[in-house]
Amino acid sequence: MRPSLGAAFAAAGCVLVPAALFMVFVYVPTEASQGIVQRIFYFHVPCAWVAFLGFGLSAVAGAFYLFFAQQVWDDIGYAAAEVGMLFCTLVLITGSLWAKPIWGTWWTWDSRLTTTFILWLLYAGYLLLRAMGEENEQVARLAAVVAIVAVLDIPLIVISVRLWRTIHPAVLVTRSGEHGLEDPRMLQTLAVSMLAISALSAWLFWLRLKTLRAKSRLFELRRMLATAQAIGDGAP
Amino acid sequence: MNHLSYLFAAYSIIFVAVFLYVILLWRRQVRLEAELLRLEDEIRELARKMAPPEDGGASAT
Repeated sequence: MRPSLGAAFAAAGCVLVPAALFMVFVYVPTEASQGIVQRIFYFHVPCAWVAFLGFGLSAVAGAFYLFFAQQVWDDIGYAAAEVGMLFCTLVLITGSLWAKPIWGTWWTWDSRLTTTFILWLLYAGYLLLRAMGEENEQVARLAAVVAIVAVLDIPLIVISVRLWRTIHPAVLVTRSGEHGLEDPRMLQTLAVSMLAISALSAWLFWLRLKTLRAKSRLFELRRMLATAQAIGDGAP
Repeated sequence: MNHLSYLFAAYSIIFVAVFLYVILLWRRQVRLEAELLRLEDEIRELARKMAPPEDGGASAT
């Protein structure tokens, strides 16, 4: 793993996050019907995007781990799921903070909210499993299966606003097939925010992967030490 | 709470959560690196003890 990759993600985040914040609070016009609170949207949607990306990567890495049984895939899957979970939690919190002034409630059992909450619960289960299992190979395989099954909820979340009656807006792709952002500056701000949150999450993923690789090395060394000690004790 | 407060709360929570996560990762990494160094030293010490003497054990006779 090259340290320059993490530094590149961090540098990109340092440039893009302030740029995105400037665009959200200064550049973009206020949305006519919802007012200033609609600006939550510019970080709420990118958080959802990176959460889905993290969970998707976790499922792909899980499949690779089941097939190749290499520790690095397990570490990638675990790191991606944890970062995905962080951003999924932020999606639910920011969504709730947006819903209260607009819908008049913190939460409603709407199809998109419910399917997102189910995804959050599935990956909470995945992380609990990982926390209990430490370096157990069977737990790692079971977690890989959970990640693959859980990711099937993502397409359901995406199409839920088209399939069922919902109060959640379909902003990016509306039922008519167009995007719901009337001013080009809104789309530009969303694009920069997407890049900013993607860079930030890539940096967090890289940091987490680094700790997991160190942990794997630690377990490997412990095994080596135990073997060497056993040989040493058995020697005449 | 007016609308500005909801907006402020949403963005604050995002950055506080990311900051706390980075601190958590940094603390984990420091702990793991210290443990790794300790184990590597232990293994080197054990390997040194288990290695045959440089003169092939001739001095023992």
